[in-house]
Amino acid sequence: MLIFRHEDGSKVASPEQIEIWMKQTMDWIGSIAAQNKLVNTGNGLSFDDSRVVKFGNVVTNGPFGDIKETIGGYIMIKAESVDEAVQFAKGSPVLQGEGNTVEVRKIVHGAKL
Amino acid sequence: MVQNSKQLIPHLFRLEFSKITAVLCKRFGIDHIQVAEDIASETFAVALETWPRHGIPPDPVAWLYQVAANRTRNYLKRGRIFSEKIADQLTSPVEEQNAEIDLSGGNITDSQLRMLFALSHPSIPSEAQIGLSLRILCGFGIDEIANAFLTNKQTINKRLYRAREKLRTEKVQLEFPGDQEIHERLDTVLKTLYLLFSEGYHSESHEEVLRKDLCLEAMRLTHLLTENEKTNQPKVYALLSLMCFHTSRFEARKNEKGEMVLYQDQDQTRWNQQLMARGAEYLNKSARGSEISKYHLEANIAYWHTIKEDTSEKWNNILQLYNQLLVIEYSPMAALNQTYALSKVNGKQKAITEAEKLNLKGNHYYFTLLGELYTGVNNKQAQQHFEKARDLAKTTWDLQVIETKLEKIYKKG
Repeated sequence: MLIFRHEDGSKVASPEQIEIWMKQTMDWIGSIAAQNKLVNTGNGLSFDDSRVVKFGNVVTNGPFGDIKETIGGYIMIKAESVDEAVQFAKGSPVLQGEGNTVEVRKIVHGAKL
Repeated sequence: MVQNSKQLIPHLFRLEFSKITAVLCKRFGIDHIQVAEDIASETFAVALETWPRHGIPPDPVAWLYQVAANRTRNYLKRGRIFSEKIADQLTSPVEEQNAEIDLSGGNITDSQLRMLFALSHPSIPSEAQIGLSLRILCGFGIDEIANAFLTNKQTINKRLYRAREKLRTEKVQLEFPGDQEIHERLDTVLKTLYLLFSEGYHSESHEEVLRKDLCLEAMRLTHLLTENEKTNQPKVYALLSLMCFHTSRFEARKNEKGEMVLYQDQDQTRWNQQLMARGAEYLNKSARGSEISKYHLEANIAYWHTIKEDTSEKWNNILQLYNQLLVIEYSPMAALNQTYALSKVNGKQKAITEAEKLNLKGNHYYFTLLGELYTGVNNKQAQQHFEKARDLAKTTWDLQVIETKLEKIYKKG
């Protein structure tokens, strides 16, 4: 799973810029899909109306800590190795923003839980 | 106009055999599909025997229906069906007595739609679905089906036999799916129609007329779905639109010598304007609701191909559509086409990098694409890729296309 952590795009960029990012994202996902390595495109996560529920049922509004560490979305891919997954992650347009990250995590299958 | 019975009977066979079979099947139950086919065939045998001697009846179709109805009545009377389990399946006792067969337009359409759903049942392997659809829904002869699949009659007969057995053992019913099921079942129907169409469009059979008939039959059946309010969903229009756009280029795909002409080299004036307009009309009708099916995406891609000129808008759109298509469903052809679109948008170098990741080393189209991308970048490499493609290609058409490209490269070399 590739997890994107980045700022709320709508706060830092124009709608035109966001459209360009969307297109770049689709090209990137399309490239992974063309290699038959895409499992699913996951979901984008909205930055609006978000809450954090903490120990003791304390509820706070997002953003959560450092704004650049907010999870904005994820996709699921098939990779032979963590290195291959890292190669895919390097192509993500999310990384055009300084401080943004793509986290590479292996999905644990039911039996191993 | 068709004048003598020698020409008229095959023509009517194509049109009416499937209608009679579908109606009789609805009446008998699909387990007796072979009986229905036999009665329909016998009906035409009677026509072949009597028309040349006594002349063509004033209303040939009504004549055929009359004979089919009589034959069915006799068949029912002889009790061959009643001795089987049909007897307790007949719900109306009046019907049992009269043994009337309803060959009205409404019942024909209804029977064919039910048949379409039954033959596209998920339990039947797709090869058998297509064969059986060609036979039962499109009235193709065994010879013609064998020709379309480039195999012999025996193989097709075996395949059809197994498919009929499958219908029986899986207890497939000749019924219209309920509202709950219809969405899902419609998907398998569309898949069958798509395969049926592709079979005609890409078949290597040299009988051009046959191949075109196959495409037209697939379109007729898809059109049937658009006329029913339960099945006239956006994705059905999208599929029909896709079929129209593709068939619009049918004539232009071959030159006078009967050789394949690639899209780039086609004479645009030979594209069928009327089919292009219909494609656009259905594409508009498909733009409802929230579902974007693969047929929507493919129809849109086909739409952009109706604009011959290479514009950045065209290729950007095509690239995005292929990206979306690949996300919905991976296929090697979609991956190759996406990479080709990428070369048009971002240049050959970028596309080569992506192409080399595709890992389709057994696929001759893959090497044709690489050859294409290297042409003008590194002709030596291009030549090697085309040669590799030539070694892998199996059909005369593919070989011919690759040879032409190789010749051009040798000249440049």
